[in-house]
Amino acid sequence: MSKATRQAFGETLAKLGETHPEIVVLDADLAKSTKSEIFGKKFPDRFFEMGIQEANMIGVAAGLSFTGKLPFLCSFGAFLTGRYDTIRLSVSYNHANVRLIGTHAGIGIGDDGHSQMGLEDVALMRALPHMGVFQPMDAKETELVMNHLVTEWKGPAYLRLTRQNLPDLLTNEIAWTPGKIHQIKPFTKGLNRDQKVVILGTGAGTAEAVSTWTQLQDQSGLDVSVSSVHCLKPFDEATALKLAKEAAWIVTVEDHSVIGGLGSCVADVLSTHGLGTKLIKIGVEDVFGESGEQPELYEKFGISAKRITSRLIETCR
Amino acid sequence: MQMTPTALASLAQEIRVSIIEMLTEAKSGHPGGSLSSVDLLTALWFSEMRGIETPAKIDDPNRDHFILSKGHGVPTLYAILAKKGFLPAEELKTLRRLDSRLQGHPDRQRLPIVESSTGSLGQGLSVAQGMAMGLKANRSKGRVYCLLGDGEVQEGQIWEAAMSAPKFALSNLCVILDQNGGQIDGPVSQVMPIEPVTDKWRAFGWHVIDIDGHDYKQILAAFAEARSLEEKGETKPVFIRARTVKGKGVSFMENKIEWHGVAPKADEARKAIDEIRGKSEV
Repeated sequence: MSKATRQAFGETLAKLGETHPEIVVLDADLAKSTKSEIFGKKFPDRFFEMGIQEANMIGVAAGLSFTGKLPFLCSFGAFLTGRYDTIRLSVSYNHANVRLIGTHAGIGIGDDGHSQMGLEDVALMRALPHMGVFQPMDAKETELVMNHLVTEWKGPAYLRLTRQNLPDLLTNEIAWTPGKIHQIKPFTKGLNRDQKVVILGTGAGTAEAVSTWTQLQDQSGLDVSVSSVHCLKPFDEATALKLAKEAAWIVTVEDHSVIGGLGSCVADVLSTHGLGTKLIKIGVEDVFGESGEQPELYEKFGISAKRITSRLIETCR
Repeated sequence: MQMTPTALASLAQEIRVSIIEMLTEAKSGHPGGSLSSVDLLTALWFSEMRGIETPAKIDDPNRDHFILSKGHGVPTLYAILAKKGFLPAEELKTLRRLDSRLQGHPDRQRLPIVESSTGSLGQGLSVAQGMAMGLKANRSKGRVYCLLGDGEVQEGQIWEAAMSAPKFALSNLCVILDQNGGQIDGPVSQVMPIEPVTDKWRAFGWHVIDIDGHDYKQILAAFAEARSLEEKGETKPVFIRARTVKGKGVSFMENKIEWHGVAPKADEARKAIDEIRGKSEV
Protein backbone atom coordinates (compact mmCIF):
# COMPACT_ATOMS: atom_id res chain seq x y z
CA MET A 1 0.00 0.00 0.00
CA SER A 2 1.08 3.54 -0.57
CA LYS A 3 -0.50 6.89 0.17
CA ALA A 4 0.49 10.55 0.14
CA THR A 5 1.03 11.89 3.65
CA ARG A 6 -1.28 14.83 2.77
CA GLN A 7 -4.07 12.28 2.13
CA ALA A 8 -3.41 10.54 5.45
CA PHE A 9 -3.43 13.94 7.13
CA GLY A 10 -6.80 14.90 5.62
CA GLU A 11 -8.41 11.62 6.62
CA THR A 12 -6.98 11.70 10.15
CA LEU A 13 -7.99 15.33 10.65
CA ALA A 14 -11.61 14.57 9.68
CA LYS A 15 -11.60 11.63 12.11
CA LEU A 16 -10.10 13.68 14.96
CA GLY A 17 -12.73 16.34 14.30
CA GLU A 18 -15.38 13.98 15.66
CA THR A 19 -13.90 13.83 19.14
CA HIS A 20 -12.22 17.23 19.24
CA PRO A 21 -14.80 19.98 18.77
CA GLU A 22 -12.08 22.60 19.36
CA ILE A 23 -10.49 21.79 15.98
CA VAL A 24 -11.14 24.34 13.24
CA VAL A 25 -9.54 24.27 9.81
CA LEU A 26 -8.47 27.11 7.53
CA ASP A 27 -7.29 26.86 3.96
CA ALA A 28 -6.09 29.40 1.40
CA ASP A 29 -7.79 28.13 -1.77
CA LEU A 30 -5.91 24.84 -1.82
CA ALA A 31 -8.29 22.63 0.16
CA LYS A 32 -8.48 20.08 -2.64
CA SER A 33 -4.71 19.81 -2.75
CA THR A 34 -3.94 19.94 0.97
CA LYS A 35 -6.83 17.50 1.59
CA SER A 36 -8.31 19.76 4.23
CA GLU A 37 -11.53 19.58 2.18
CA ILE A 38 -12.24 16.15 3.72
CA PHE A 39 -12.69 17.94 7.04
CA GLY A 40 -14.47 20.84 5.34
CA LYS A 41 -17.14 18.61 3.84
CA LYS A 42 -17.73 16.82 7.13
CA PHE A 43 -17.71 19.91 9.37
CA PRO A 44 -18.62 22.91 7.19
CA ASP A 45 -19.23 25.14 10.23
CA ARG A 46 -15.69 24.56 11.46
CA PHE A 47 -13.98 25.07 8.10
CA PHE A 48 -12.96 28.55 6.96
CA GLU A 49 -12.07 29.17 3.34
CA MET A 50 -9.68 32.13 3.62
CA GLY A 51 -8.96 32.74 -0.06
CA ILE A 52 -5.49 33.34 -1.44
CA GLN A 53 -4.34 35.26 1.64
CA GLU A 54 -1.80 33.20 3.52
CA ALA A 55 -0.60 35.99 5.81
CA ASN A 56 -4.10 36.92 6.93
CA MET A 57 -4.93 33.24 7.41
CA ILE A 58 -1.94 32.86 9.74
CA GLY A 59 -2.97 35.84 11.87
CA VAL A 60 -6.61 34.75 11.94
CA ALA A 61 -5.55 31.30 13.15
CA ALA A 62 -3.61 32.90 16.01
CA GLY A 63 -6.71 34.91 16.96
CA LEU A 64 -8.91 31.81 16.82
CA SER A 65 -6.53 29.98 19.12
CA PHE A 66 -6.91 32.78 21.69
CA THR A 67 -10.62 31.98 21.89
CA GLY A 68 -9.98 28.31 22.71
CA LYS A 69 -9.95 26.83 19.21
CA LEU A 70 -7.27 24.50 17.85
CA PRO A 71 -6.74 25.82 14.31
CA PHE A 72 -5.13 23.80 11.52
CA LEU A 73 -4.12 26.15 8.72
CA CYS A 74 -3.22 24.57 5.45
CA SER A 75 -1.38 25.56 2.30
CA PHE A 76 1.67 24.52 0.33
CA GLY A 77 4.73 24.66 2.58
CA ALA A 78 6.45 27.12 0.24
CA PHE A 79 3.59 29.62 0.43
CA LEU A 80 2.90 29.25 4.13
CA THR A 81 6.46 29.60 5.37
CA GLY A 82 7.01 32.41 2.87
CA ARG A 83 4.87 34.55 5.20
CA TYR A 84 7.62 34.27 7.75
CA ASP A 85 7.24 37.48 9.71
CA THR A 86 3.56 36.78 10.38
CA ILE A 87 4.36 33.27 11.60
CA ARG A 88 7.23 34.67 13.64
CA LEU A 89 5.28 37.32 15.56
CA SER A 90 1.58 36.43 15.48
CA VAL A 91 2.13 32.69 15.97
CA SER A 92 5.55 31.89 17.45
CA TYR A 93 6.14 34.89 19.66
CA ASN A 94 2.52 34.71 20.84
CA HIS A 95 3.02 31.01 21.57
CA ALA A 96 -0.28 30.54 19.71
CA ASN A 97 -1.62 27.00 19.83
CA VAL A 98 -1.92 26.52 16.08
CA ARG A 99 -0.90 23.82 13.62
CA LEU A 100 0.67 24.98 10.38
CA ILE A 101 0.27 22.36 7.67
CA GLY A 102 2.67 22.68 4.75
CA THR A 103 1.98 20.21 1.97
CA HIS A 104 3.78 19.76 -1.36
CA ALA A 105 7.14 19.28 0.29
CA GLY A 106 10.24 19.29 -1.85
CA ILE A 107 11.04 18.47 -5.46
CA GLY A 108 8.84 15.37 -5.05
CA ILE A 109 5.82 17.39 -6.18
CA GLY A 110 7.09 17.02 -9.74
CA ASP A 111 6.01 18.97 -12.77
CA ASP A 112 4.53 22.09 -11.11
CA GLY A 113 8.13 23.08 -10.63
CA HIS A 114 10.26 25.52 -8.66
CA SER A 115 7.80 28.05 -7.19
CA GLN A 116 5.52 25.39 -5.66
CA MET A 117 8.28 23.32 -4.01
CA GLY A 118 8.81 23.85 -0.29
CA LEU A 119 12.56 23.39 -0.01
CA GLU A 120 13.63 25.69 2.84
CA ASP A 121 10.52 25.40 5.01
CA VAL A 122 12.05 23.13 7.63
CA ALA A 123 15.06 25.44 7.98
CA LEU A 124 12.80 28.45 8.42
CA MET A 125 10.47 26.82 10.94
CA ARG A 126 13.28 25.25 12.97
CA ALA A 127 14.76 28.69 13.54
CA LEU A 128 11.64 29.93 15.35
CA PRO A 129 11.46 29.61 19.15
CA HIS A 130 8.48 27.54 20.43
CA MET A 131 7.89 25.97 17.00
CA GLY A 132 7.76 22.18 16.73
CA VAL A 133 8.65 20.73 13.33
CA PHE A 134 7.29 17.35 12.22
CA GLN A 135 7.65 15.31 9.04
CA PRO A 136 6.21 11.78 8.86
CA MET A 137 7.52 9.13 6.46
CA ASP A 138 4.26 7.37 5.62
CA ALA A 139 0.50 7.29 6.20
CA LYS A 140 0.65 5.49 9.55
CA GLU A 141 3.30 7.80 10.94
CA THR A 142 1.21 10.76 9.79
CA GLU A 143 -1.72 9.44 11.80
CA LEU A 144 0.47 8.97 14.89
CA VAL A 145 1.97 12.46 14.57
CA MET A 146 -1.51 13.97 14.12
CA ASN A 147 -2.73 12.27 17.29
CA HIS A 148 0.27 13.70 19.12
CA LEU A 149 -0.37 17.18 17.72
CA VAL A 150 -4.01 17.13 18.81
CA THR A 151 -3.82 15.41 22.18
CA GLU A 152 -0.39 16.33 23.59
CA TRP A 153 1.46 19.13 21.80
CA LYS A 154 0.98 22.68 23.13
CA GLY A 155 2.00 25.80 21.24
CA PRO A 156 2.78 26.19 17.56
CA ALA A 157 3.85 23.32 15.31
CA TYR A 158 4.66 22.87 11.63
CA LEU A 159 3.75 19.62 9.85
CA ARG A 160 5.39 18.94 6.48
CA LEU A 161 3.60 16.61 4.06
CA THR A 162 4.08 15.16 0.60
CA ARG A 163 2.07 15.44 -2.56
CA GLN A 164 3.29 12.06 -3.84
CA ASN A 165 2.40 8.64 -2.53
CA LEU A 166 4.83 7.02 -0.11
CA PRO A 167 5.04 3.30 0.69
CA ASP A 168 3.94 1.95 4.06
CA LEU A 169 7.09 1.62 6.14
CA LEU A 170 6.03 1.61 9.78
CA THR A 171 5.57 -1.94 10.97
CA ASN A 172 6.36 -1.77 14.67
CA GLU A 173 3.82 0.76 15.87
CA ILE A 174 4.11 -0.35 19.51
CA ALA A 175 7.75 0.79 19.67
CA TRP A 176 7.00 4.19 18.13
CA THR A 177 7.21 7.13 20.51
CA PRO A 178 6.27 10.73 19.68
CA GLY A 179 9.35 12.86 19.08
CA LYS A 180 11.75 9.90 19.05
CA ILE A 181 13.84 8.53 16.19
CA HIS A 182 12.36 5.18 15.20
CA GLN A 183 14.43 2.35 13.69
CA ILE A 184 12.79 0.58 10.75
CA LYS A 185 15.69 -1.45 9.27
CA PRO A 186 18.42 -2.98 11.46
CA PHE A 187 22.06 -3.82 10.75
CA THR A 188 22.09 -7.33 9.29
CA LYS A 189 25.71 -8.34 8.81
CA GLY A 190 27.39 -8.05 12.19
CA LEU A 191 30.31 -6.05 10.76
CA ASN A 192 32.60 -3.74 12.78
CA ARG A 193 31.83 -0.09 13.46
CA ASP A 194 34.12 1.09 10.66
CA GLN A 195 31.93 -0.72 8.15
CA LYS A 196 28.64 0.44 9.60
CA VAL A 197 26.45 3.13 8.07
CA VAL A 198 23.41 4.62 9.84
CA ILE A 199 20.88 6.19 7.49
CA LEU A 200 18.38 8.66 8.91
CA GLY A 201 15.45 9.53 6.69
CA THR A 202 12.65 12.03 7.10
CA GLY A 203 9.48 12.39 5.04
CA ALA A 204 9.89 11.12 1.48
CA GLY A 205 13.60 10.62 2.17
CA THR A 206 12.88 7.60 4.35
CA ALA A 207 11.46 5.53 1.47
CA GLU A 208 14.62 6.23 -0.54
CA ALA A 209 16.69 5.27 2.50
CA VAL A 210 14.85 1.94 2.82
CA SER A 211 15.35 1.16 -0.89
CA THR A 212 19.02 2.00 -0.45
CA TRP A 213 19.18 -0.41 2.50
CA THR A 214 17.65 -3.16 0.32
CA GLN A 215 20.08 -2.52 -2.55
CA LEU A 216 23.06 -2.61 -0.19
CA GLN A 217 22.13 -5.99 1.31
CA ASP A 218 24.08 -7.77 -1.46
CA GLN A 219 26.99 -5.37 -1.25
CA SER A 220 29.91 -6.66 0.81
CA GLY A 221 31.75 -4.46 3.28
CA LEU A 222 28.81 -2.24 4.31
CA ASP A 223 26.34 -2.90 7.10
CA VAL A 224 23.44 -0.47 7.07
CA SER A 225 20.53 0.45 9.34
CA VAL A 226 17.67 2.89 8.65
CA SER A 227 15.73 5.03 11.10
CA SER A 228 12.95 7.54 10.56
CA VAL A 229 13.05 11.03 12.03
CA HIS A 230 9.49 12.34 12.20
CA CYS A 231 10.34 15.18 14.59
CA LEU A 232 12.97 17.70 13.48
CA LYS A 233 12.36 19.96 16.44
CA PRO A 234 12.70 19.29 19.27
CA PHE A 235 15.32 16.99 17.78
CA ASP A 236 15.92 13.62 19.46
CA GLU A 237 19.60 14.25 20.19
CA ALA A 238 19.98 11.32 22.56
CA THR A 239 19.01 8.71 19.98
CA ALA A 240 20.97 10.46 17.22
CA LEU A 241 24.03 10.41 19.47
CA LYS A 242 23.57 6.75 20.30
CA LEU A 243 23.22 5.86 16.59
CA ALA A 244 26.24 7.96 15.64
CA LYS A 245 28.38 6.06 18.14
CA GLU A 246 27.45 2.74 16.47
CA ALA A 247 28.72 3.61 13.02
CA ALA A 248 31.56 5.12 11.01
CA TRP A 249 29.13 7.02 8.81
CA ILE A 250 25.83 8.72 9.37
CA VAL A 251 23.77 9.61 6.31
CA THR A 252 20.74 11.89 6.27
CA VAL A 253 18.17 11.71 3.47
CA GLU A 254 15.57 14.41 2.92
CA ASP A 255 13.70 16.11 0.11
CA HIS A 256 14.73 19.54 1.42
CA SER A 257 17.69 21.86 1.15
CA VAL A 258 20.82 20.44 2.77
CA ILE A 259 20.93 23.74 4.67
CA GLY A 260 18.88 23.76 7.85
CA GLY A 261 17.07 20.44 7.60
CA LEU A 262 17.69 16.98 9.06
CA GLY A 263 21.33 17.04 7.92
CA SER A 264 21.93 20.18 9.93
CA CYS A 265 20.17 18.73 13.01
CA VAL A 266 22.60 15.79 12.91
CA ALA A 267 25.63 17.98 12.14
CA ASP A 268 24.89 20.00 15.28
CA VAL A 269 24.86 16.86 17.42
CA LEU A 270 28.03 15.39 15.89
CA SER A 271 30.05 18.56 16.18
CA THR A 272 28.81 19.42 19.67
CA HIS A 273 29.87 16.03 20.96
CA GLY A 274 33.09 15.85 18.92
CA LEU A 275 32.31 12.43 17.52
CA GLY A 276 34.46 11.13 14.71
CA THR A 277 31.44 9.78 12.84
CA LYS A 278 31.43 11.21 9.32
CA LEU A 279 28.29 12.81 7.94
CA ILE A 280 26.83 12.66 4.44
CA LYS A 281 23.93 15.02 3.88
CA ILE A 282 21.71 13.83 1.05
CA GLY A 283 19.25 16.50 -0.03
CA VAL A 284 18.79 19.35 -2.46
CA GLU A 285 22.21 20.98 -2.76
CA ASP A 286 21.45 24.69 -2.25
CA VAL A 287 19.62 25.07 -5.55
CA PHE A 288 15.99 25.58 -6.54
CA GLY A 289 13.86 22.83 -8.05
CA GLU A 290 12.46 22.46 -11.54
CA SER A 291 9.72 20.67 -13.48
CA GLY A 292 9.82 16.96 -14.20
CA GLU A 293 8.50 13.62 -12.94
CA GLN A 294 9.29 12.87 -9.30
CA PRO A 295 11.50 9.79 -10.01
CA GLU A 296 13.56 11.62 -12.63
CA LEU A 297 13.92 14.65 -10.34
CA TYR A 298 15.14 12.46 -7.47
CA GLU A 299 17.60 10.91 -9.90
CA LYS A 300 18.83 14.28 -11.19
CA PHE A 301 19.12 15.89 -7.74
CA GLY A 302 20.83 12.87 -6.20
CA ILE A 303 18.19 11.77 -3.72
CA SER A 304 16.99 8.60 -5.48
CA ALA A 305 17.88 5.27 -3.86
CA LYS A 306 20.00 4.47 -6.91
CA ARG A 307 22.08 7.64 -6.59
CA ILE A 308 22.35 7.28 -2.81
CA THR A 309 23.47 3.64 -3.14
CA SER A 310 26.26 4.52 -5.61
CA ARG A 311 27.37 7.43 -3.46
CA LEU A 312 27.61 5.25 -0.36
CA ILE A 313 29.51 2.52 -2.20
CA GLU A 314 31.95 5.12 -3.54
CA THR A 315 32.36 7.01 -0.29
CA CYS A 316 31.92 4.62 2.61
CA ARG A 317 33.57 1.43 1.50
CA MET B 1 -19.91 52.20 32.29
CA GLN B 2 -20.81 55.31 30.30
CA MET B 3 -18.70 58.35 31.17
CA THR B 4 -19.15 62.00 30.31
CA PRO B 5 -16.78 63.84 27.97
CA THR B 6 -15.65 65.99 30.90
CA ALA B 7 -14.77 63.00 33.04
CA LEU B 8 -12.94 61.37 30.12
CA ALA B 9 -10.98 64.56 29.40
CA SER B 10 -9.77 64.61 32.96
CA LEU B 11 -8.70 60.95 32.82
CA ALA B 12 -6.97 61.54 29.48
CA GLN B 13 -4.95 64.33 31.05
CA GLU B 14 -3.52 61.87 33.59
CA ILE B 15 -2.89 59.25 30.90
CA ARG B 16 -0.89 61.82 28.90
CA VAL B 17 1.14 62.72 31.97
CA SER B 18 1.84 59.02 32.58
CA ILE B 19 3.04 58.57 29.00
CA ILE B 20 5.47 61.48 29.25
CA GLU B 21 6.77 60.23 32.61
CA MET B 22 7.16 56.68 31.34
CA LEU B 23 9.03 57.63 28.18
CA THR B 24 11.27 60.06 30.03
CA GLU B 25 12.17 57.37 32.57
CA ALA B 26 12.77 54.81 29.79
CA LYS B 27 14.75 57.35 27.71
CA SER B 28 13.16 55.90 24.56
CA GLY B 29 9.77 55.18 23.01
CA HIS B 30 7.20 56.78 20.73
CA PRO B 31 5.50 59.91 22.09
CA GLY B 32 3.85 61.12 18.86
CA GLY B 33 1.74 58.06 18.09
CA SER B 34 1.08 57.36 21.78
CA LEU B 35 -0.37 60.82 22.42
CA SER B 36 -2.50 60.82 19.25
CA SER B 37 -4.39 57.74 20.45
CA VAL B 38 -5.02 58.83 24.05
CA ASP B 39 -8.53 60.24 23.62
CA LEU B 40 -9.69 57.28 21.50
CA LEU B 41 -8.35 54.67 23.90
CA THR B 42 -9.45 56.51 27.06
CA ALA B 43 -13.01 56.58 25.73
CA LEU B 44 -12.78 52.97 24.60
CA TRP B 45 -11.35 51.52 27.81
CA PHE B 46 -13.16 53.67 30.38
CA SER B 47 -16.54 54.13 28.72
CA GLU B 48 -17.19 51.65 25.92
CA MET B 49 -15.60 48.23 26.45
CA ARG B 50 -17.54 45.81 28.62
CA GLY B 51 -16.30 43.13 30.96
CA ILE B 52 -12.92 44.81 31.49
CA GLU B 53 -14.06 47.18 34.21
CA THR B 54 -11.94 45.37 36.80
CA PRO B 55 -9.17 42.78 36.51
CA ALA B 56 -11.40 40.30 38.34
CA LYS B 57 -13.67 39.96 35.31
CA ILE B 58 -10.94 39.04 32.88
CA ASP B 59 -12.09 35.43 32.42
CA ASP B 60 -15.64 36.45 31.51
CA PRO B 61 -16.31 34.75 28.13
CA ASN B 62 -18.55 37.66 27.16
CA ARG B 63 -16.02 40.41 27.78
CA ASP B 64 -14.77 42.71 25.05
CA HIS B 65 -11.23 42.52 23.66
CA PHE B 66 -8.69 45.02 22.37
CA ILE B 67 -5.70 44.54 20.09
CA LEU B 68 -3.19 47.31 19.59
CA SER B 69 -2.01 46.67 16.06
CA LYS B 70 0.14 49.82 16.08
CA GLY B 71 2.32 48.25 18.77
CA HIS B 72 4.66 51.22 19.15
CA GLY B 73 1.78 53.13 20.77
CA VAL B 74 1.80 50.76 23.74
CA PRO B 75 2.70 53.34 26.44
CA THR B 76 -0.88 54.62 26.12
CA LEU B 77 -2.22 51.14 26.80
CA TYR B 78 0.13 50.59 29.77
CA ALA B 79 -0.96 53.91 31.28
CA ILE B 80 -4.62 52.92 30.90
CA LEU B 81 -4.03 49.45 32.33
CA ALA B 82 -2.34 50.99 35.36
CA LYS B 83 -5.21 53.42 35.84
CA LYS B 84 -7.69 50.56 35.68
CA GLY B 85 -5.78 48.42 38.17
CA PHE B 86 -4.42 45.81 35.74
CA LEU B 87 -0.88 46.97 36.59
CA PRO B 88 0.60 48.61 39.69
CA ALA B 89 1.27 52.28 38.83
CA GLU B 90 4.82 51.80 40.10
CA GLU B 91 5.45 49.23 37.36
CA LEU B 92 5.14 51.89 34.66
CA LYS B 93 8.67 52.95 35.57
CA THR B 94 9.96 49.59 34.29
CA LEU B 95 8.95 50.31 30.67
CA ARG B 96 11.59 48.89 28.29
CA ARG B 97 13.75 47.65 31.20
CA LEU B 98 15.31 44.18 31.37
CA ASP B 99 12.83 41.55 32.65
CA SER B 100 9.91 44.01 32.63
CA ARG B 101 6.44 42.90 31.57
CA LEU B 102 6.23 46.29 29.89
CA GLN B 103 8.21 45.48 26.78
CA GLY B 104 8.88 48.15 24.17
CA HIS B 105 6.11 46.57 22.10
CA PRO B 106 3.12 44.55 23.40
CA ASP B 107 3.99 41.05 24.64
CA ARG B 108 1.13 38.61 25.21
CA GLN B 109 3.35 36.04 26.91
CA ARG B 110 4.50 38.41 29.63
CA LEU B 111 1.32 40.46 29.90
CA PRO B 112 -1.71 38.52 28.61
CA ILE B 113 -4.08 41.50 28.85
CA VAL B 114 -2.43 43.01 25.76
CA GLU B 115 -4.09 40.10 23.86
CA SER B 116 -1.55 39.84 21.03
CA SER B 117 2.12 40.61 20.63
CA THR B 118 2.48 43.24 17.94
CA GLY B 119 5.07 45.65 16.62
CA SER B 120 5.70 44.29 13.17
CA LEU B 121 3.03 46.42 11.56
CA GLY B 122 0.01 45.10 9.72
CA GLN B 123 -0.52 41.95 11.77
CA GLY B 124 -2.89 42.89 14.60
CA LEU B 125 -6.00 43.19 12.47
CA SER B 126 -5.75 39.59 11.27
CA VAL B 127 -5.47 38.38 14.86
CA ALA B 128 -8.43 40.58 15.81
CA GLN B 129 -10.39 39.08 12.93
CA GLY B 130 -9.58 35.57 14.17
CA MET B 131 -10.70 36.48 17.69
CA ALA B 132 -13.95 37.94 16.33
CA MET B 133 -14.54 34.72 14.37
CA GLY B 134 -13.80 32.58 17.42
CA LEU B 135 -16.05 34.64 19.71
CA LYS B 136 -18.85 34.39 17.17
CA ALA B 137 -18.39 30.62 16.93
CA ASN B 138 -18.44 30.43 20.74
CA ARG B 139 -21.67 32.49 20.76
CA SER B 140 -19.93 35.05 22.96
CA LYS B 141 -21.31 38.57 23.26
CA GLY B 142 -17.77 39.89 23.32
CA ARG B 143 -16.68 42.47 20.79
CA VAL B 144 -13.18 43.00 19.39
CA TYR B 145 -11.61 46.43 18.94
CA CYS B 146 -8.43 46.98 16.99
CA LEU B 147 -6.41 50.19 16.73
CA LEU B 148 -4.44 50.76 13.52
CA GLY B 149 -1.93 53.44 12.70
CA ASP B 150 -2.25 55.25 9.39
CA GLY B 151 1.25 54.39 8.20
CA GLU B 152 0.39 50.81 9.06
CA VAL B 153 -2.38 50.55 6.48
CA GLN B 154 0.32 50.66 3.82
CA GLU B 155 0.95 47.00 4.72
CA GLY B 156 -0.52 44.42 2.34
CA GLN B 157 -1.76 42.16 5.12
CA ILE B 158 -4.12 44.93 6.30
CA TRP B 159 -5.92 44.75 2.97
CA GLU B 160 -6.13 40.98 3.14
CA ALA B 161 -7.98 41.35 6.44
CA ALA B 162 -10.01 44.27 5.09
CA MET B 163 -11.25 41.98 2.32
CA SER B 164 -11.70 38.98 4.59
CA ALA B 165 -13.59 40.27 7.66
CA PRO B 166 -16.75 41.31 5.75
CA LYS B 167 -16.97 37.81 4.23
CA PHE B 168 -17.39 36.39 7.74
CA ALA B 169 -20.00 39.01 8.69
CA LEU B 170 -17.99 40.20 11.70
CA SER B 171 -20.20 42.92 13.08
CA ASN B 172 -18.49 42.22 16.43
CA LEU B 173 -15.27 43.68 15.00
CA CYS B 174 -14.55 47.40 15.20
CA VAL B 175 -11.40 48.88 13.68
CA ILE B 176 -10.24 52.34 14.71
CA LEU B 177 -7.75 54.17 12.50
CA ASP B 178 -5.61 56.63 14.43
CA GLN B 179 -4.93 58.89 11.47
CA ASN B 180 -2.30 61.24 12.81
CA GLY B 181 -0.78 61.79 9.37
CA GLY B 182 2.82 61.04 10.26
CA GLN B 183 5.25 58.16 10.03
CA ILE B 184 8.98 57.82 10.60
CA ASP B 185 10.19 59.01 7.22
CA GLY B 186 7.72 61.90 6.93
CA PRO B 187 4.06 62.73 6.28
CA VAL B 188 1.97 59.69 5.31
CA SER B 189 0.74 61.65 2.29
CA GLN B 190 4.31 61.79 0.96
CA VAL B 191 5.82 58.53 2.17
CA MET B 192 2.99 56.44 0.68
CA PRO B 193 -0.42 58.06 0.31
CA ILE B 194 -3.37 56.07 1.74
CA GLU B 195 -6.22 58.37 0.72
CA PRO B 196 -9.06 58.15 0.00
CA VAL B 197 -8.92 55.78 2.97
CA THR B 198 -12.60 55.84 3.98
CA ASP B 199 -13.68 55.14 0.39
CA LYS B 200 -11.34 52.19 0.29
CA TRP B 201 -12.74 50.57 3.44
CA ARG B 202 -16.31 51.29 2.32
CA ALA B 203 -15.55 49.63 -1.02
CA PHE B 204 -14.18 46.59 0.85
CA GLY B 205 -17.56 46.18 2.60
CA TRP B 206 -17.13 47.95 5.94
CA HIS B 207 -19.53 50.31 7.69
CA VAL B 208 -17.45 53.48 7.83
CA ILE B 209 -17.72 56.24 10.45
CA ASP B 210 -15.63 59.39 10.14
CA ILE B 211 -14.78 61.37 13.28
CA ASP B 212 -12.46 63.85 14.97
CA GLY B 213 -10.38 61.55 17.16
CA HIS B 214 -10.05 64.14 19.94
CA ASP B 215 -13.75 65.01 20.26
CA TYR B 216 -15.27 62.81 22.97
CA LYS B 217 -18.85 63.36 21.83
CA GLN B 218 -17.95 62.10 18.35
CA ILE B 219 -15.84 59.24 19.69
CA LEU B 220 -18.56 57.99 22.05
CA ALA B 221 -21.22 58.36 19.35
CA ALA B 222 -19.14 56.32 16.92
CA PHE B 223 -18.63 53.49 19.44
CA ALA B 224 -22.35 53.52 20.28
CA GLU B 225 -23.24 53.38 16.59
CA ALA B 226 -20.86 50.44 16.04
CA ARG B 227 -22.38 48.49 18.93
CA SER B 228 -25.94 49.29 17.94
CA LEU B 229 -25.34 48.04 14.39
CA GLU B 230 -24.40 44.63 15.77
CA GLU B 231 -27.40 44.65 18.09
CA LYS B 232 -29.65 45.46 15.12
CA GLY B 233 -28.33 42.45 13.23
CA GLU B 234 -26.17 44.39 10.76
CA THR B 235 -23.43 42.10 9.44
CA LYS B 236 -20.76 44.57 8.36
CA PRO B 237 -17.68 45.12 10.49
CA VAL B 238 -17.13 48.77 11.45
CA PHE B 239 -14.25 51.03 10.47
CA ILE B 240 -13.88 54.28 12.39
CA ARG B 241 -11.58 56.77 10.74
CA ALA B 242 -10.39 59.06 13.52
CA ARG B 243 -8.56 62.18 12.40
CA THR B 244 -5.95 62.86 15.07
CA VAL B 245 -2.94 65.04 15.82
CA LYS B 246 0.41 63.38 16.30
CA GLY B 247 1.78 64.38 19.71
CA LYS B 248 -1.64 65.75 20.77
CA GLY B 249 -1.62 67.72 24.02
CA VAL B 250 2.02 68.82 23.97
CA SER B 251 2.31 71.78 21.63
CA PHE B 252 6.02 71.39 20.87
CA MET B 253 5.41 67.78 19.83
CA GLU B 254 2.24 68.29 17.83
CA ASN B 255 2.59 67.35 14.16
CA LYS B 256 6.37 67.15 14.51
CA ILE B 257 7.67 64.00 12.82
CA GLU B 258 10.87 64.22 14.86
CA TRP B 259 8.80 63.29 17.94
CA HIS B 260 7.71 59.98 16.38
CA GLY B 261 10.28 57.88 18.21
CA VAL B 262 12.28 60.09 20.58
CA ALA B 263 11.72 60.38 24.34
CA PRO B 264 11.65 63.81 26.00
CA LYS B 265 14.53 64.87 28.24
CA ALA B 266 13.79 65.89 31.85
CA ASP B 267 13.30 69.60 31.13
CA GLU B 268 11.16 68.87 28.07
CA ALA B 269 9.11 66.44 30.14
CA ARG B 270 8.47 69.10 32.81
CA LYS B 271 7.36 71.55 30.15
CA ALA B 272 5.11 68.92 28.54
CA ILE B 273 3.50 67.90 31.83
CA ASP B 274 2.86 71.50 32.83
CA GLU B 275 1.14 72.08 29.53
CA ILE B 276 -0.96 68.93 29.80
CA ARG B 277 -2.05 69.98 33.28
CA GLY B 278 -3.00 73.39 31.92
CA LYS B 279 -0.16 75.36 33.49
CA SER B 280 1.66 76.28 30.28
CA GLU B 281 0.11 79.72 29.91
CA VAL B 282 1.17 80.75 33.41
